[in-house]
Amino acid sequence: MIRVVLPPHLRTLAHVDGEIEFEVKNPVTQGSVLDALEGKYPMLRGTIRDHVTQLRRPMVRFFACGEDLSHESPDAPLPAAIAKGSEPFVIIGAIAGG
Amino acid sequence: MSKIRVLVGTRKGAFILTADGARKRWKVSGPHFAGWEIYHMKASPVNPDRIYASQTSAWFGQIIQRSDNAGKTWNTPGSSPEELKGPDGMAKAESNKFVYDTSPETGKPLTTHQFYDGTQHPWEFKRVWHLEPSLHDPDHVYAGVEDAALFESKDGGKSWHELAGLRGSDTGPKWQPGAGGMCLHTILLDPGNPNRISIAISAAGTFRTDDGGKTWKPINRGLHSQFLPDPTAEVGHCVHRIAFHPSRPNTLFMQKHWDVMRSDNAGDSWQEVSGNLPTDFGFPIDVHAHEPETIYVVPIKSDSEHYPLKGRLRVYRSRAGGNEWEALTKGLPQRNCYVNVLRDAMSVDSLEPCGIYFGTTGGQVYASADSGDRWKAIVHDLPPVLSVEVQTLP
Repeated sequence: MIRVVLPPHLRTLAHVDGEIEFEVKNPVTQGSVLDALEGKYPMLRGTIRDHVTQLRRPMVRFFACGEDLSHESPDAPLPAAIAKGSEPFVIIGAIAGG
Repeated sequence: MSKIRVLVGTRKGAFILTADGARKRWKVSGPHFAGWEIYHMKASPVNPDRIYASQTSAWFGQIIQRSDNAGKTWNTPGSSPEELKGPDGMAKAESNKFVYDTSPETGKPLTTHQFYDGTQHPWEFKRVWHLEPSLHDPDHVYAGVEDAALFESKDGGKSWHELAGLRGSDTGPKWQPGAGGMCLHTILLDPGNPNRISIAISAAGTFRTDDGGKTWKPINRGLHSQFLPDPTAEVGHCVHRIAFHPSRPNTLFMQKHWDVMRSDNAGDSWQEVSGNLPTDFGFPIDVHAHEPETIYVVPIKSDSEHYPLKGRLRVYRSRAGGNEWEALTKGLPQRNCYVNVLRDAMSVDSLEPCGIYFGTTGGQVYASADSGDRWKAIVHDLPPVLSVEVQTLP
């Protein structure tokens, strides 16, 4: 199982509390994690990455194992700890605004 | 007894205010969608318990919400796994997918408009400013968006398609953003002619279709905007709001960046009716529910101050369709008031006497149950109010 931490507003939108878990087919990449996330929670489509271009929205970032992976390729394998579920894949809204 | 429901969109969520026909005691529901900007909410005239909401965020983009039980519960249309399966077996979840039409078959839409610096800039979807449900079908709803374009959904908000003939009209490269962005903020559906729609864009002007949205023409003759190289140009005018009385759809009223205007031929020509207003700048304009010649504006100091003159919040009413205005002050703060009233933040009910409502950037929603003679804040401390819509329910 892959563990994912959503930012608070997206947890509300997806009607979930805290960390969520779901299966992701190999290879475990940003793209495959987001595909599975949007499949399980369709209301999140377009909120993390653009509907058409599939690019990460500018004020959303991805962290895993203490590293900022926001600029990694969506097809690059995520760290083994993410694939094993020992660490969560963290989606963060930029700290900005008021 | 009749009931009033006031739909309030704010910078930090949505609120629903309800009262009986006496309009004295108000219940407040909310915040719904806490922390999100709610640009607009509006209910279907056919099914008043169906409410559409535009929920936006700089972080997470556009969300369309729909309630089918008067705001008790909400859903993003088409997002449940049980509906609208796409070819990959997943729900399409396209209620927030607003993609500009680039096909040459549907109006040859343009791909650039004028930017602040005068250069051409590609159209980029940012948010939905205004939702206008059809007068006839609760599943049919229009969306006015930034960058300016008109979309419609015929499946209850599950999917959206651009009425591309608007952007495809010849004037598109001359459209430009105002300070708030290049937004399509007003959509007027003609009750007697389903093929006629009038819309307004800041800062392009007013446009009308007479064939259900296939083709559009600018209707800005008579407007004068001194900030334009050609003050009487066909487009480029910063129209803040237009309104009409449903019984007289050919008579349009306009609050422009400067000037209050009137047209008696569905926008083919306009004349100024600012008359004795202390300033002709403002954002909202609306029409009394029972008196088609009684109109309301909120004069605001400009250019950049955007608060009431001398700190006195005053609605101005004309019972003559313009030119002759009276200040309405009872119950409104008459000193140290420096709020603004935004373009979508005024609405009327259809009780007798007519109720008038407006929201401020200071978080108050003021209501008058006597056509504007006396006012009272029915809520005081909401986040900045972006929009106010009123429903009169049996």
